[in-house]
Amino acid sequence: MHINLTLILQMISFAAFVWFCMTYVWPPIMQALEERKNKIAEGLAAAERGLHEQELGRQRALEVMHKAKADAAEIISQAQRRYNELLDQAKQDAVAEGQRLKLAAQAEIEQQANRAREELRERFATLTIAAAEKILQQEINAGVHKNLLDTFAKQI
Amino acid sequence: MTTEALTAQAYIQHHLTNLTFGFHPEHGLGFAHSSIEAGEMGFWAIHVDTMFFSLVLGLLFLWFFQSVSKKATAGVPSGAQNFAEWIIDFVNDNVRGSFSGRNPLVAPLALTIFVWVFLMNAMDLLPVDLVPFFFQHSMAALGADPHHVFLKVVPTTDPNATFAMSLMIFFTMLYYSVKIKGVGGFLGELTLEPFGKWGMPANLLLEGINLLSKPVSLSLRLFGNLYAGEMIFILIALMYGHGLVMDVSAGVMQLAWAIFHILIVTLQAFIFMVLTIVYLDMAHQTHH
Repeated sequence: MHINLTLILQMISFAAFVWFCMTYVWPPIMQALEERKNKIAEGLAAAERGLHEQELGRQRALEVMHKAKADAAEIISQAQRRYNELLDQAKQDAVAEGQRLKLAAQAEIEQQANRAREELRERFATLTIAAAEKILQQEINAGVHKNLLDTFAKQI
Repeated sequence: MTTEALTAQAYIQHHLTNLTFGFHPEHGLGFAHSSIEAGEMGFWAIHVDTMFFSLVLGLLFLWFFQSVSKKATAGVPSGAQNFAEWIIDFVNDNVRGSFSGRNPLVAPLALTIFVWVFLMNAMDLLPVDLVPFFFQHSMAALGADPHHVFLKVVPTTDPNATFAMSLMIFFTMLYYSVKIKGVGGFLGELTLEPFGKWGMPANLLLEGINLLSKPVSLSLRLFGNLYAGEMIFILIALMYGHGLVMDVSAGVMQLAWAIFHILIVTLQAFIFMVLTIVYLDMAHQTHH
């Protein structure tokens, strides 16, 4: 154990090692560590933001859904209203048409009845005349009594 | 035991002698053949083993961390990067916890100290005779006398290595003390506390001891722990070769001590690093 030149040489090598470490080793590794720290921090912040945005998106989706539901209800009620209106309209139309048909039929019947009555009257007049002719044959002249017969026939 | 002929004392001494290269007044330039010869070489001698292992380990450390830092990515780290970042995070946490100033030197300094000292200490976990055995035999093959081929594989058991680090830290402390507080502030800190200006000699004595004890304790703590640990490994190794019972018990003891020594290896590196940070923090503080 002697203190000798080794001491000086060791001091020089120690200083050289420290210098080298300080210049070429420490800064790049520290920089990498720092960068990674920032990257991780950014990643965490991004995740936080993503979570927040997801929450917002969910709320928006809920809103849209609610709106769609309300719209659908509105459309359905409108359709219902329209349906009722159409139904009412149709009912009224049908009633009016029925009324009209009924009136036409009544008029027809009236007409037919009138015609039948006319015919009947004429036939009856003819028959009566014929009968009267047969009964009276001689003394009654068709031409003379025609006015009288017509008057009777009209009273039937 | 490397050689049967060695006595226990010679074996221990052999293991505690550095491979010293220098100029001997009688034998000229060359490797010292004994601890005494190494002493006779004086100051201008080099512990080749200490230098070699500390440089190899320091370069290993720098090579690994530099290769990681070249490919360092902010994305998913590779296994090596993950490992390096784990160590760097650990060091950085310690620096942030203990160092309040702003100085880009402190954290890399702490990292270098921690990993380098740890690697140098970890050499202690190799069996004490493993590397010296191969070295002796390869040197003997080259014509050297194996009894004169010394090798200490743990650089931190050489006070040159530990004092080199603590002295550099001491100079750094002085430099920043003067830079931050100015010469006056630094001298004032040395002479005006704790007894005020009328107790100046006492202040100087106390603060001077306080200041000088820092590098001395720093290096001697590391050196002492590792030297003692190495010594125990050597003593355990002495038990080998004396019958089966001794061999087995030596094996068990060596394993137990090695496991315990892992703690010391890490702890001493950690203490050295933390104290460096604390001392530099004190040097940066204007009020204390």
